[in-house]
Amino acid sequence: MRLEPVADPGWTRTLGLPALALGGTVAIAMALALIAGSNPLAVLGLILKGAVGSKFALLETLNRATPLIFTGLAVAVAFRAKLWNIGAEAQLYMGALLAVVLGTGAVALPSVLLIPVLMAAAITGGALMLLGPAFLKTRLGVDEVVTTLLLNFVMILVVSMLLEGPMKDPMGMGWPKSERLVPDARLPRIVTGLRLHWGFGLALICAVLVWVMQTRTTLGYEIRAVGLNRRAAAFAGIPVTVVVIKTALISGGLAGLAGFSEVAGLKGSLTLDLSPGFGYTGIIVAMLALLNPLGVIVSALFVAGIFVGADSMSRAAGVPTYIADILLASALLLMVLAIMLTRFRVVRG
Amino acid sequence: MEILDILISASFWAAAVRIASPLIFATLGELICERAGVLNLGIEGIMVVGAFAGWMAVYSGADLWVGVGVAMGAGMLFGLLHAILSVPFGLSQHVVGLGITLLATASTYFAYRVALPEVTNPPRIEAFKELAIPLLSDIPVIGQALFTQTPLTYLAFVTAAIVAFVLYRTPLGLALRAVGENPHSVEAQGLSVTGLRMGAVIVGSGLMGVGGAFLTMSAFNSFFFEMVNGRGWICIALVVFGAWKPGKALLGALLFAAFDALQIRLQQTSLGADIPYQIFLMMPYLLSILALVVMSRRAEVPAALMVPFNKGER
Amino acid sequence: MPEATGARAVLRLRNITKRFGPLTANDAITFDLHEGEVIALLGENGAGKTTLMNILFGHYTADEGEIEVFGEPLPPGNPRAALEAGVGMVHQHFTLADNLSVLDNIVLGTVPLWRLRSGRGAARARIDQLSRDFGLSVHPDAKAGALSVGERQRVEILKALYRDARILILDEPTAVLTPQETDDLFATLRKAVALGLSVIFISHKMHEVLAISSRVLVLRHGSLIGEVVTAETDRHQLAHMMVGSEIVAPEVGGAAPGEVLLRLRDVSTLPVGNAVGLRSLSLDLRAGQITGLAGVSGNGQAALADLIAGEAMPETGDLEIAGAGIDTWSPRAALDARIGRIPEDRHRTGTISDFTLSENSVLEAYEKEPFSKRGWFDWAAVDKHTRAIIARYDVRCPGPDARIRLLSGGNMQKLILGRALEADPTIILAVQPVRGLDIGAVTYVQSRLIEARDAGAAVLLISEDLDEILTLADVIHVISEGRLSPAFTRGTKTPAELGVWMAGQGFEEAAGHAA
Repeated sequence: MRLEPVADPGWTRTLGLPALALGGTVAIAMALALIAGSNPLAVLGLILKGAVGSKFALLETLNRATPLIFTGLAVAVAFRAKLWNIGAEAQLYMGALLAVVLGTGAVALPSVLLIPVLMAAAITGGALMLLGPAFLKTRLGVDEVVTTLLLNFVMILVVSMLLEGPMKDPMGMGWPKSERLVPDARLPRIVTGLRLHWGFGLALICAVLVWVMQTRTTLGYEIRAVGLNRRAAAFAGIPVTVVVIKTALISGGLAGLAGFSEVAGLKGSLTLDLSPGFGYTGIIVAMLALLNPLGVIVSALFVAGIFVGADSMSRAAGVPTYIADILLASALLLMVLAIMLTRFRVVRG
Repeated sequence: MEILDILISASFWAAAVRIASPLIFATLGELICERAGVLNLGIEGIMVVGAFAGWMAVYSGADLWVGVGVAMGAGMLFGLLHAILSVPFGLSQHVVGLGITLLATASTYFAYRVALPEVTNPPRIEAFKELAIPLLSDIPVIGQALFTQTPLTYLAFVTAAIVAFVLYRTPLGLALRAVGENPHSVEAQGLSVTGLRMGAVIVGSGLMGVGGAFLTMSAFNSFFFEMVNGRGWICIALVVFGAWKPGKALLGALLFAAFDALQIRLQQTSLGADIPYQIFLMMPYLLSILALVVMSRRAEVPAALMVPFNKGER
Repeated sequence: MPEATGARAVLRLRNITKRFGPLTANDAITFDLHEGEVIALLGENGAGKTTLMNILFGHYTADEGEIEVFGEPLPPGNPRAALEAGVGMVHQHFTLADNLSVLDNIVLGTVPLWRLRSGRGAARARIDQLSRDFGLSVHPDAKAGALSVGERQRVEILKALYRDARILILDEPTAVLTPQETDDLFATLRKAVALGLSVIFISHKMHEVLAISSRVLVLRHGSLIGEVVTAETDRHQLAHMMVGSEIVAPEVGGAAPGEVLLRLRDVSTLPVGNAVGLRSLSLDLRAGQITGLAGVSGNGQAALADLIAGEAMPETGDLEIAGAGIDTWSPRAALDARIGRIPEDRHRTGTISDFTLSENSVLEAYEKEPFSKRGWFDWAAVDKHTRAIIARYDVRCPGPDARIRLLSGGNMQKLILGRALEADPTIILAVQPVRGLDIGAVTYVQSRLIEARDAGAAVLLISEDLDEILTLADVIHVISEGRLSPAFTRGTKTPAELGVWMAGQGFEEAAGHAA
C-alpha cells in the first residue's frame, strides 16, 4: 500500500472520518462493558448521565476540565513547535508548589495582589521546570521526550520529600500534605453558591490568549514555522533556539497555572494526589483538539466528561473506571489515524 | 567506608544483575525498534502488559515458561498495533507511542480489575527460582553475582548475545541496520521496508513484554499498579547511552543497575538516616538524564529514526 | 536499422498507464528493448520518465498495462521480482545506507534473510571481479557515507551487476558527474552492452543521449511522443519533440561589471558531516555580473552557499560586503545586507510546505513593517504583498491562502524568486535555481536572474549542471574539495577543460603560480 495526498478532501472526508473515529471509540466502550459483564447501552447511558446528567455532574465536569484546559494548552503550544513536552505533570506540581510556598502565609497581601503574585510564581515554576529540557534539546540535542518524562518521576519525589519534611502540615494528622493556603490566596467562585471556581474562567481566558498569540502575533508565526520546518525557519532567519525557549516558557507556564488553579481553586493545599495525571491527559486533550487552543476547551470538556462520567458509572455498574483511560487512548489513536486519512488516501502500489 | 563494603559484597552485585535483567530485555527490544527506524514510546505500557499477562497466566495455572510466552505474545500484540499505525500509516511515532503506553496501561488495569474484582492484596505466584550453575557459581563474588540467578536473568544475557549476533552477523541484521539508516536502500534491493520495520517493532515489543514479566515472575512475584514505574523510559535513555549497540546497551543496563542497587543499600546505611529516601529514589531518573547528556554529542543515531517511509516517495 | 531484426526483445512494455489523482503521469506507453542496445528515454522534468521506470522496477504499480521481461510477464509492484527477472536500476537519488560498507550495501538483500551467514567472503571476490571487468573501481570496505558522488554511482551500478542484471536502467546518471566521469560511465555502459546487457538511459540532456544511445524515445506530458533512431536524428529534432515547440534560450547580453559587492578573503570553514568545508577560498562578486560556480556536488558548494546565505561564519578569513567587514553574521544579517537567496532545496529549505503562499511570501521579512508592527501581524498587508508577487512573477496558484505544497516546482520557485527579488537585493545567491523545473520555468527563472544582473545585482550562480553555468555565467569558477579555481571569463574554457578542474586537477599548479 501507499499513501497519496488528497488535494481537496471535501466535507465527507474531513467530517466523516473523525466521526467514524468517535464511533469506533463508542464501539470499544460497549465492547469493554460487555467484557466486564454489564449492559453496554446502560453503561453508555450512565457515563453520559454521570458527566452531564445533573447540575452537580455538570459542575464536576467543568471543574475537572479546568486543569485539563491548562495542560492541554501547555501541550498544544509546545507540540506546535515540535517541542515534545511530556512533562506537564511535573510543571503542574512545580507551579502548585511555588504557589503553596508563597501562599501559606509567607507573603501577606490583599487578595487582588496576592492572587496575581501566586499566579506569577506558578507560571515561573512551571516555566523553569521545562527550561532545563529545552536547553538540553537546543544546546546538546538531548531528546526532550525522555528528559521531560523522567522529570515527572523526579518531581513527584521532590514533592513527596517536601511534604514529609519541611512543608509538612503540623495539623495534617501525619498525612503528607502541606498547610492550607491563606483565604486571600484562594480563587473565588464564579457564581456564589455554585461549586465552580475562577480557575475555569482563567483557563478560558488563557485559551483565547494563546489563540490570539498563535494567529495574530509574530511569535505565533515563528512557533508554527519552527514546528513545521525547522530547517526552512532557520534559513529564513527565524531564531529557532530563541523560539523554542520562548515556547518552553509559555508551555511550562501554562502547566504551572494548572497547578495553581487546582490548589487555589479546589484543593487548598498541596498533596501527592493533586493531579491524577492531568499532565499526561493534557496530551490527549491537545491532540484531540488538533493543537487548536480554542479546540482545547471543547476537547478538555469532552475528556473531563468521560472521566467524571466513568467514575459515576463505575460506582453504579461496577465496570472499572479505567474504561475512561482506554476510551481516551483509543480516541487519540483513532483520531490521529482519521486526521491522517483526511489528507491522504490509501492506494495500491 | 560503608560504600566500599557494599561494593565488594557479592550480594550487591547479585542484586545489580537482578535489577538489570528486565532493563536488558526492554532495552534490547527498544534497540531493535530504533535500529529499524521506529521510536517505540509504547515501551512503558508494553512492559506493564507483559508484567500482568505473564503473572496472570501463571496465576491461572500455566507453567512459568508458558507465562513468559504469554507476556511476550501480549507485548507483540501491542507491538503489532504500534507497527500498523506507525509504519504503513506513518503516524507520528511520538503520538502513537504515548497512545500505546496509555492504552496498554489502562487495558491492563481494566483487565486486572475485571479478573480480580474483590482483591485488595494482589496474590503472589510461585515464581522463577534461583538456579545455581554448577561449578561457575562456586567462583567467589562472580559466582553469586552472575551464576546464581533465575533462569530469566540467564535468558536476558543470552538474548543480548543473540541480538548482537543477528544484528552484526546475519543478512537479517544487515537489512535491519540498513532500513533504519536509509529505507530506500532496502527497497531498492527488493526487500520490504514495511515488513522489516513492522517485524522489528513486533519482536522488540515482545522483548519489552518479557522485560515486564521479569518484574512479576522473577522479582516481586506479584502484580501491582505502577510497578513498572518509569523503567520503560529509562530503557529509552539506555538505548541512547548504548549508542544503539547491543553490547554497550547491556553494559549500560548493568552500570545503571549497579547504581540503583547502590542507592537501595545506601538507604540502609548511616547516610540513609540523614538524607531523605526520596533523594535516593530520584537517582535512577537523574542518572538516566545524565547519561543522555553525556552521550548527546557522540552517539550515531540511525539516520532514518522517526522518519516514516512512504513507498515511491522521495 | 540498429534494432536489427535478429535481436530479440528482452523487455516489452505494453500500454503502461499511471495516474496520480487527476494527473496522468504515464499514458498508454508501449515500447520494446532489444538485447545489447542502449535506448534513451528523453523528456523534460515531469514528463513521466522516472515514473515509468519506477513502475518497471516495481516501486509503483501501473493502473493499466503489462510488462514482459525475457518473454515472462513481470508481476507488478515488486522490486524483488524485477531484480530476479534481471532488471537492475541505478536510481537518480542514490540508495545507499551510509552506515554500511560498500560490500554490505551490495550484498544487502541478495542472501535469504533467515540464513545465519551473510557469505561476505565469496561476495568480496565477486565484487573485485566485476569492478575489474567493468572498470568500476571502488573499495569494498569503505563506508558508503564517506564516498564521493562518482564512487556512489559506481557502487549503485555494481549492485545491479552483482545481481546479474541483464537490463540496466539508469535514471539521470550524469546529472552529478564531471564530463570525464560521464565519459567513464559511457565506457562502462559500452562494456556492458558488449557483454550482452541492455540499457535504458534516462536523461534530459540531448548531447548525452546522442552520444550513447542507439534509439531515442521521447516522452512529453506522460505520453510517448515518438521514437527515432539516434543516427538519423539531431539535437534540433529531439528538442522540438521534447518540448513540443522551439526552445527559446534566454538572451544573455554582455555584462557591465561594476564594483565588488561581496568579497571573501582566504575563507576557511569546518566540514559539516560528509560535506567538505572551504579551504582558504577567495572570491569577488561584482555588480552587474553573473559569477558561475561549477563543480561536482559535495565539493564545498554547500559550505559556500551557507556562508553567503548567513547560515555559517568563516572559521578563518574575512567576509566583506560593499567594502565593509562583517562581524556578526546570520541569515537575518545577510538579508539586511540585501542578499537575496534562492536555496538549493525549495521544498525543505526555501518554503514551509504547510504554510500558505502568504505565510511563505513573508518568511524572510515577517518581522518588518508593513507586515507586522511591534509583534502584531497585519495580514492584510501580507495578502497584498503576496498578490503582487503572484501577479508579477506569474505564479500559477489557487490564491494566496492555498498551501504552497499544492504548487508545482516551477511555481514554488517563482514565489521564492519573487520573495527574494521584491526585497530589491544587491547580491543574489542562486543555488541550483532551475533543477527539476520544466523548460518554461527554467527560461523564466534564468531570464529574471539575467534581468537582475542587468539592473546591477551581483549574482552568484551555483550549479552542478555545467551547461547551465556555461550559458549564464559571465565569469566561471570551479570548486573542488573546498578550493576555488581562478576566474575564467565566458567562452575561454571548454567543458572538457573545466572538467579537468572539476576533477580536482590544476589547483596545485595554480597555487604554484601564485606563490
